[in-house]
Amino acid sequence: MEWYWLPEYAPRFLEGLWLTLQLLGLSIFFGMSLAIPIGLAQVTGPWPLAWTARAFCTVIRGTPLLIQLWLIYYGLGSLFPFIPGIRESMIWPLLREAFPYAVVAFSLSVAGYEGEVMRGAFRSVPRGELEAARAMGMSPFKVLRRIWLPRALQNVFPTLAGEFILTLKATPLAATITVFEVYGVGSIVRQETYRIYEPLLFVALIYLCLTFVLVIAFRLMERRMPQRSA
Amino acid sequence: MDSAFDLLALSPPGWGGNLLMGLLRTLQIAVGAYALGLVIGLLGALGKLHGGPVLRWGLEFYTTVIRAIPELVLILLLYYAGTDLLNIVRESMGLERMDISGLWAGIYVIGLVQGAYSTEVFRGAFQSVPHGQVEAGRAMGLRPLTVLRRITLPIMLPYALPGLSNLWLITTKDTALLAVVGFSELALETRQAAGATREYFMFYMVAGGLYLAVTLVSTLGFGLLERRLRRGQPSQT
Repeated sequence: MEWYWLPEYAPRFLEGLWLTLQLLGLSIFFGMSLAIPIGLAQVTGPWPLAWTARAFCTVIRGTPLLIQLWLIYYGLGSLFPFIPGIRESMIWPLLREAFPYAVVAFSLSVAGYEGEVMRGAFRSVPRGELEAARAMGMSPFKVLRRIWLPRALQNVFPTLAGEFILTLKATPLAATITVFEVYGVGSIVRQETYRIYEPLLFVALIYLCLTFVLVIAFRLMERRMPQRSA
Repeated sequence: MDSAFDLLALSPPGWGGNLLMGLLRTLQIAVGAYALGLVIGLLGALGKLHGGPVLRWGLEFYTTVIRAIPELVLILLLYYAGTDLLNIVRESMGLERMDISGLWAGIYVIGLVQGAYSTEVFRGAFQSVPHGQVEAGRAMGLRPLTVLRRITLPIMLPYALPGLSNLWLITTKDTALLAVVGFSELALETRQAAGATREYFMFYMVAGGLYLAVTLVSTLGFGLLERRLRRGQPSQT
């Protein structure tokens, strides 16, 4: 075991760590913003909407994330330049970077998996509570904001926490489309130093720590949630 | 658009044959890895429930660490560590160094990862077997292995099945990660086809469709299996 390379590459690992956290945070944020309407559409939506949401979840959950990522980065990325005028538009600089594609792919993945979780969550809220809220004269949107969504999220929070850890463990895939997060930096080190095990073990250790920090953070959040007293 | 679909023809210059070969390899690796994972999972769960403190601690370490590290990192680590170990053993026996073939290496790394997950699934299922059933079996004078085969396993399987079907779907999708390491299966064949023809969008869509078909057929199969295993149980409504 030789670790002489560690001080030299430490700053790059820090950058990689920041990139990993950004990717994770953004995908969870955008993914959950999509997952809530997707779950809701499956429970109460009119059938075309419910059917579309259901199909979206099936496709996302039925194909490997790696293929989705490559489809979006290489596939869509190779089609964009054919759109006339896109090179002069505001979004072109964004489209040339790999990071936005990774965020889009991971967000869609989170939306697909968590849309399914949210479907069960919305369904698990007792009807009586929603009826009570409606009887109090709340508008449908207010019922959703005050009663339905908070109760649903409370019910599935442990499941969601586990899913977010899975998302963290999927982030190394972004390295295959040149987003150099922690794993990507690790493979640079492997190429430049010809060491096989040390960089991999170091990367594994970072993810191990990240996982445990997240697990503890989620547990603290869970404890702060108002408990249902029987 | 005609020419783009010609690229999917089964014989060269079309890439359809390569994709189907890749799909076959994917399925081979997935089936092998899943079987290995099930064996590890069964033994691991029994060890966690009935083993001594050292075995239990070791298994706890295995399942915790494997489940906390990304699959991609694990696949690389296990692949290098596995080949090195194998070669050390072979050299100590006076044999020549060798490389593991892609198929066996894929089965070994994915199986070892899946084993950690199925250990947890089986452990939960074993715990849901009512204790009285096992005691009754023992009171009938059945030996421990017979109790396992005739009482515990049949009662436990319906509880384990949802988790196991989930694991199978994860296994088929995890095989795509092997493309990053350079084993030729569906994802890598697709990448090569897409790179050679520059028809990225079409080839990745086709690959996605193939994976989706595997998932849908498997879901159907597991549904039938679950109905069969649950026969004789009160229906859940």
